[in-house]
Amino acid sequence: MSDQKDLLRAPFELAYNYKRSSGPLMSKFFNALAEQKILGTKSSTGKVYAPAAEFDPETHESLSDLVEVGPGGVIESFSWIEEPKHHHLIKNPFAFALIKLDGADTSMLHMVTECDEADLKIGSRVTANWSATIENRITDIKFFTLEK
Amino acid sequence: MKKVAIVGYAQHPILENAGALNEVELIMPVVHQLFDELGISQNNIDFTCSGSCDYLQGAAFAFVEGLSAIQTNPPIKESHVEMDAAWAMYESMLKIQMGDADTALIYGFGKSSPGRLDSIISLQMDPYYISPLWPDRVSLAAIQARVLLEKNIVTPEQMITAVIDARTNSKNNKNALVTELVDKEAYLASEKISTPLNEFDCPPISDGSSAMIIASEEKAYEFTDHPIFIEGIDHRIESSNIGSRDLSKPTGILASIEQLKLEKTKFDVAELHTQFSHEVPYLQSVLNLSDVPTNLSGGPLVGNVMMCAGLDAIGKTYESLKSNDFTNGLAHASSGPCLQHNMLVHLEKKS
Repeated sequence: MSDQKDLLRAPFELAYNYKRSSGPLMSKFFNALAEQKILGTKSSTGKVYAPAAEFDPETHESLSDLVEVGPGGVIESFSWIEEPKHHHLIKNPFAFALIKLDGADTSMLHMVTECDEADLKIGSRVTANWSATIENRITDIKFFTLEK
Repeated sequence: MKKVAIVGYAQHPILENAGALNEVELIMPVVHQLFDELGISQNNIDFTCSGSCDYLQGAAFAFVEGLSAIQTNPPIKESHVEMDAAWAMYESMLKIQMGDADTALIYGFGKSSPGRLDSIISLQMDPYYISPLWPDRVSLAAIQARVLLEKNIVTPEQMITAVIDARTNSKNNKNALVTELVDKEAYLASEKISTPLNEFDCPPISDGSSAMIIASEEKAYEFTDHPIFIEGIDHRIESSNIGSRDLSKPTGILASIEQLKLEKTKFDVAELHTQFSHEVPYLQSVLNLSDVPTNLSGGPLVGNVMMCAGLDAIGKTYESLKSNDFTNGLAHASSGPCLQHNMLVHLEKKS
């Protein structure tokens, strides 16, 4: 019998331990977040996808015409979490919501907080709040709150 | 199109926690049950295809381990989909259509109990705009439920009925996990998970596996006198950009209905891969099933093995046609958030 110390061991890290490229279009979206700007893309039909989509799911054309949208918008639908779980980024009660930003024709998934469930309705107006540190990620928008 | 038929289906009892039983040990019994019923072995199988999710095991290429459940020597023709095994059946059917195989073994497996399914499913979505927000599967389903409720396409009463019916029908499925009956009072008092969905609107965390064998028409009659034919099959996916979808308009399913000319068929039974209560009345209405017995097995609300529940809908439809005086059955499998990707399968029993 071998001692415990003789056993072969290997570390096991469960993580996304690789990097992704954001690509030519989404890079512009993520860089714009550093200036607290949200970008969408306009298709040849005039429809504005926000957050910026690389292609139009209806016409299948690739999109490159960037337009600024938001930072305010309207809640299209939401789900309210009274007791956030370990993986949620917000530890207080919050909502996941589809938000149609001003100037856009499609919605963006994000979070809405600093309110009660009863304050939220489909059609409520919300606005973006920004994270203190910019990482060029979607979480640079910290969350949305009801417009004052 | 070549005629392809289902000749056998087996389901492992759905478990809340399979404990030390690993994936291989979950798959082996169902595969061997099928082989024994048909009096065949892996040597009679031309093509083997499985469906599972490596994220559940937390390791790249974890699905390869599943092959330890079947005999792979002499070498076999084999494939895998990182999807529900319903899509493994689809791939197998294509293989038979192409003339590369006459028989196929399909199996699906999923063990959700060891991990945290909500966060794991978040990782499977768009890694740029969606995954970093960690939206859980219940919250995304709840967003669609709210849209359907707001537009009065689904009512709260229909959601309660879906939950009560699922529990009542669980008696028809000896492998069901959740069999405890509920009433309206218990439903209304249950814990809110992500409103408008409560605990009973959501499927249970489940461990299990299922297997199926399909064959070309000629081969099918060698296995059984009563094959159930795949009369039509179609699947469509909608945008991964969830905010660009109209969550009250199932464009993919509507296209499949047209492609399969389903409006012409009177179905005797339907099994839907409806993981959340609002999806039951929603799809019943989309698929025109108001008079059709739906989810007689209880459906995913009483047992929802990830990467298996879609194949189970097809398998349960097959079982219903086989053991009843039914002719036409409709099965539905789904994948992705808010019914993003859907498959419809029209099964027919020849008289």
